[in-house]
Amino acid sequence: MAEILVLVDHADGEVKKVTFELLTLARSLGEASAVWIGPGYEAAADKIAEYGPAKVYVADDAELTGYVVAPKVETLQQLAANGAAAILVPATAEGKEIAGRLAVRLDSGVLTDVVGVTGELVAEHSIFGGAVIAHAKVAKGTPIIAVRPNAIALAAAPGSPAVEQVSVALSDAAKAAKITDRVVQEKGERPDLTEASVVVSGGRGVGGAENFKIIEGLADTLGAAVGASRAATDAGWYPHQFQVGQTGKTVSPQLYIAAGISGAIQHRAGMQTSKTIIAINKDPEAPIFELVDYGVVGDLFQVVPQLTEEITKRK
Amino acid sequence: MNIVVCVKQVPDTESPRKLKSDDNTLDRAAADGVINELDEYAIEEALALKEAHGGEVTVLTIGPDKATESIRKALAMGADKAIHLVDDAFVGSDALQTSYALQQLVTRAGADVVILGSESTDARTGVLPAMLSERLGWPQLTLANKVEIAGTAVTIQRQTDTGFDKVEASLPAVISVVEKINEPRYPNFKGIMAAKKKPVESLSIADAGLDAALVGGANAYTTVVDHADAPARAKGEIVSDEGDGGVKIADFLASKKFV
Repeated sequence: MAEILVLVDHADGEVKKVTFELLTLARSLGEASAVWIGPGYEAAADKIAEYGPAKVYVADDAELTGYVVAPKVETLQQLAANGAAAILVPATAEGKEIAGRLAVRLDSGVLTDVVGVTGELVAEHSIFGGAVIAHAKVAKGTPIIAVRPNAIALAAAPGSPAVEQVSVALSDAAKAAKITDRVVQEKGERPDLTEASVVVSGGRGVGGAENFKIIEGLADTLGAAVGASRAATDAGWYPHQFQVGQTGKTVSPQLYIAAGISGAIQHRAGMQTSKTIIAINKDPEAPIFELVDYGVVGDLFQVVPQLTEEITKRK
Repeated sequence: MNIVVCVKQVPDTESPRKLKSDDNTLDRAAADGVINELDEYAIEEALALKEAHGGEVTVLTIGPDKATESIRKALAMGADKAIHLVDDAFVGSDALQTSYALQQLVTRAGADVVILGSESTDARTGVLPAMLSERLGWPQLTLANKVEIAGTAVTIQRQTDTGFDKVEASLPAVISVVEKINEPRYPNFKGIMAAKKKPVESLSIADAGLDAALVGGANAYTTVVDHADAPARAKGEIVSDEGDGGVKIADFLASKKFV
């Protein structure tokens, strides 16, 4: 069977859920091979094996994570030379950069923000903020496909992959942008915004940084990630990396709760493919209500704490 | 310092965006064109670097005649000149082909640094800055929320999900910027008047020395097979809070097995 390379997305020893989604998808397309780049494979090995790759390539030289993107590209390029039928990467900001550079290296077409792939390697995209579904395929070279987190339903298939150590001799060009420090500003127990199955977001109606505690309180009872509209991040109430919308993150959780968000197109473009949408807003005319499965016209400062309390009670 | 900023005209998000039914390409006539919002941060960063280090800012645009509006706006903000690749034969080119054209144009412009927005609000592929860096063989300083240049040394803060990475490189380099890196200036009257006299070099594929076999929809690396409007969401239930709004949502969540 044709080999499908899957780039493992991991940080601080934790494998991101999108990796398992990619492995699930890869198994439906051919024989999945996971590609681990960087230190720490041993601790993650069991978890990766649960999702059934036939092989795992381990390139664990610390040098590979000391520079921006290019070392990962050279590793994938080297492995693709064995004749892979496709290469799957997560459609994160960095994943798409890897896909882009690799496309130049392999002189191959690249498809980004893909939400599904058929056996004939036709990819489905959700574009214009979810308003249009397009199908596309790669016409030249080895298809490089960046798949959006939360788009593929997980299916485990425990196995015992063959592990192959890989060494990569980096070019000088790959070492041109050196990472000298990693600064962690926001690290909490909450799930990643793009990977979370539940997201609770606050907008202009939240009224201030301090009040985001109400949003966080609801999120924590649901095990959810916290998001914010552009109005809230522009006002400095919540950090920019949590912005959901056209110029921020695109999310597609099982459940999205929007509190105090009017639903401008800017915001809708980042969340309207969520499976179930709930909104709380004072304004009955707010466009967010056009999208909802359930909406409450009311004051979020009354409704959200009551909801948090009610969920806690029912647990 | 010669600074090149890549600027894309995109359909205004507020107007209806659609693909054409015949060739699945973006219907650029159907929507008002505006500068890609994230490119405005790139223009501002270029102008700030010029003010700090001297030099010249050149705007690079690929697009139809209409894209001239976006070029004039960039010039009105303070850029010095522009290069506009305008050629019907370029229509349908994908990101990989576009990165080839930009590489050639950057080389023609003679840049020390290229600055781009991190992605466009229409295609949103987010691949171009990385592709351009690969093609030029220049360091990739992308997703920057802070840029500092001293001599030929460049340092950026690369935004990550949990904070940022500090990244160092030497010029020439490719930089992409994220929203919030700066506050883009508005063109003032003087800037708008001056922009009318600034040079805009309009080039065809042949003028730019591009290989025609490498650009255009027929030579694209990816093909859109079909497209359709996503199914409309079913209209949901909307209630007014009568003191029990939170309880009602909890009931709804329970009915959907979320709690």
